[in-house]
Amino acid sequence: MNIQVVLKEEESFVIGYISGEIDAFTAPMLREKLATVQQKEKLQVELNMSEVSYMDSTGLGVIVAFFKNVNANNGHVKLTGLSPRLKRLFDITGLGEIMDIETDDKVGTNHETI
Amino acid sequence: MRPFDYVEIRVPAKPQYVGVARLTISGLASRVGFTYDEIEDLKIASSEAITNAVQHAYTEVDEGEVVVGCALYPDKIEIMVADHGKSFNFEETKAKVGPYHEQQEVEFLREGGLGLYLIETLMDEVKVHHQEGVTVFMTKYVGHEQVEENVENISS
Repeated sequence: MNIQVVLKEEESFVIGYISGEIDAFTAPMLREKLATVQQKEKLQVELNMSEVSYMDSTGLGVIVAFFKNVNANNGHVKLTGLSPRLKRLFDITGLGEIMDIETDDKVGTNHETI
Repeated sequence: MRPFDYVEIRVPAKPQYVGVARLTISGLASRVGFTYDEIEDLKIASSEAITNAVQHAYTEVDEGEVVVGCALYPDKIEIMVADHGKSFNFEETKAKVGPYHEQQEVEFLREGGLGLYLIETLMDEVKVHHQEGVTVFMTKYVGHEQVEENVENISS
């Protein structure tokens, strides 16, 4: 029961790989890690969530807060690699329409080329 | 003999135990016969309720406990989550909980954020009880797999 977050930052491009379970215990760790991303104009962020095996509203809260921060600086956040379960969580909360989300089937190839 | 098996989980009101309770419930749900997707729904809904309880118990009483009561029936699971740490009489508390009214629960809703919304969406029945803390009572029925069963019947 843990979480791992690996961030790769390059100028105005950030890729984050999140793996593990995001719940009341691990969400604060994710929040802290994402807070280390340097917010700047037009930041392009991709968060790969293909290794996230569980997430609930505590995780949604962290992702949404990060999304708002980046958007406030005219940046863009894209979530990739979501399992159908995870995608469903965004959809039933209405966040699926607001956020840029790519589901798992595309990611196999993306994953390697990044 | 009562018509259900009863399992009670009691954990310290600390975030690191939310996952432990969640995994226990996942195990119980698979015992009842829920599908993979239903179990995932149950995991999220119960996590939301337990997270809420942890946050309540944490602020109100130091070293609080969260009690999760699970009643396992052949066709459903009832889960009761209480933030006041005292063991409850499942049937007695169950009789006391009523449907919640949005206006009354504004505070709970605000604190719980998306939590209560998810519980509502993922479970079949939800009741909330305010007395000596908050008790959430939720029910999920085993599958709507009528279609698959029918298909099997026809083909066999």
